[in-house]
Amino acid sequence: MLTYAANRAIQFALSLIVASVVVFALMSLLPGNAAQVALGTNATPEAVAALEVQYGLDRPPVVRYFDWVVGMLGGDFGTSYVTGAAITPVIIDSVQVTAILVISAIALSILIAVPLGTFAALEQRSWIGVTISAASQVGIAVPNFLAAIILVIVFSLTLGWFPSQGWMAPIEGVGGFLLRLVLPVVSLALVQAAILTRYVRSAVLDVMREDFIRTARAKGLTRTKALFVHGLRNAAIPVITVAGVQLATLLVGAVIIEQIFVLPGIGSELVRAVANRDLIAVQGIVMVLVLLVLIINLIVDILVPVVDPRIRNAA
Amino acid sequence: MSEMPTGANSPRDDVALDVSAATASAPEPATGRRRSRLRLNSSMIIGACLVVLILGLALVSFVWTPYGPSEIDPVARLRAGSPAHPFGTDRFGRDTLTWVMYGARITLMVGVVAVGIALLIGTPIGIVSAIFAKQPWGMWIDAVIMRANDILLAFPALLLAIIFAAVYSPGTGPAMVAVGIAAIPGFARVARSGTLQVLGSEYVRAARASNRRIPAIAVVHVLPNIAGMVIVQASVAFAISVLAEAGLSFLGLGTQAPVPSWGRMLQESQQFLSTHPELALWPGLFIALAVLGFNLLGDGLRDRFDPKMDARGA
Repeated sequence: MLTYAANRAIQFALSLIVASVVVFALMSLLPGNAAQVALGTNATPEAVAALEVQYGLDRPPVVRYFDWVVGMLGGDFGTSYVTGAAITPVIIDSVQVTAILVISAIALSILIAVPLGTFAALEQRSWIGVTISAASQVGIAVPNFLAAIILVIVFSLTLGWFPSQGWMAPIEGVGGFLLRLVLPVVSLALVQAAILTRYVRSAVLDVMREDFIRTARAKGLTRTKALFVHGLRNAAIPVITVAGVQLATLLVGAVIIEQIFVLPGIGSELVRAVANRDLIAVQGIVMVLVLLVLIINLIVDILVPVVDPRIRNAA
Repeated sequence: MSEMPTGANSPRDDVALDVSAATASAPEPATGRRRSRLRLNSSMIIGACLVVLILGLALVSFVWTPYGPSEIDPVARLRAGSPAHPFGTDRFGRDTLTWVMYGARITLMVGVVAVGIALLIGTPIGIVSAIFAKQPWGMWIDAVIMRANDILLAFPALLLAIIFAAVYSPGTGPAMVAVGIAAIPGFARVARSGTLQVLGSEYVRAARASNRRIPAIAVVHVLPNIAGMVIVQASVAFAISVLAEAGLSFLGLGTQAPVPSWGRMLQESQQFLSTHPELALWPGLFIALAVLGFNLLGDGLRDRFDPKMDARGA
């Protein structure tokens, strides 16, 4: 188990290094240079050259890469070419907003999906089970931004229960914070819950066909009891994997929700940086997002054998 | 609308069956046994109908639309549905139905190009990787390819597309390429696991024994046998690319004005949400129908091409 975890950690580090090279190469090498992009196509060559010298862009790419990486390792993501402000504080503030949003959404979607999916599997042939399956299939097709728009129309513009946009930090008022969190979290969670419900359902169905469930049934347990005592832990494995993938997808997918609800999350910062042609900020934010995705994958990979001793022993 | 999917419950069920059979069997590998196993399920029928609906909208838009895409009706701004404008008009008085029809083109084009890129690059990578995995001296090449694949997975389609929009200017082109690249790992994984399965089979061992070269085996035995799984993957990837294009255009990082796209319609509708919610609902509905269609088609096809069923039948 320890060797396995160590192996995965090494893989994680290697992936991170390769990803940083890819991000740097994409942003800094391909399209001419960041100074030109920041100043726009109408800039004079002198202005571009001056900005290049100011931010050290005239140095060789290898030097710039190591400078960037060493800075990030020390928690310094550099200075924006456009605003001249440090990037790190922006990232730290915005990543918290996104984290709150995404973690609440995934928690809510698990709370919805696990009971629904389990029920749909146990009552596979009843009309409720079929309805849950069909509803989850339709739910998957609804993009989260469409869900957000519908929720805003219904619960904000029509019923007036929740504000349609804005953010309040928890210290400014817990009530206001929670009130503003409801619609964005629900719009993210509904679609994810639909996806997760399908996985829970099929995981439970698979488990119910296992020999140990038949043994438990033969011992005299009811179907439901056999599932709860012996099955759920086994069904949890594919569900953990999928929830991990979803968490990673949501981190980036939240971009659109943050824009709709005007939330100061990392996605909003990314879109702003792209619109401002602020490549060094884009580069830093992308790296943070990739880092988070890789961390989530690492945690999932280590968590799965912890839950399932069979995989642990094989590893 | 006469083209709305009447689906499985329609009295003209046989017509629906024909449509779905035609679309589903078009790209299928020519093996007689597969065809005899043709099972039509409701997922596939509804999915195929929805896909045909979107495809029909796009094709008809080349020949006929109620109005021109930039044709403005100044007296009929922000109208609800009426005989003249069945889906209503936007803030400039442009016809929403016309825009929905034009939007179908962009949606399908992005899907076709993105899935094409991913399929043409990802599938060969997966096959080659699996072939190396079977050679004692080539296992490390397989390992490197699959690690690279994993790293690419750390860049979701939307993120890659945003990077491309930052580096190049935002537009349909960079969006299609980015979504395509992000979908490569999916195809590579499917092709690799399918190829490994085929390479382990008796008939490949027989072919090897009769001195068939590996490239010939890949073309003659592997490709036709993994085609079904690749088609399923293509259908799923198509749904993802529809979502990604809509999301990018919504953010202003995809298709640019004045080209009609569903994502941009949705974005432009935002300022009229309180007064004219239908402006958001039409493009939203069609995005959802397109995604649902390709997802259901993929599900239905998966039931047909399930590798477990193959293994049992072989």
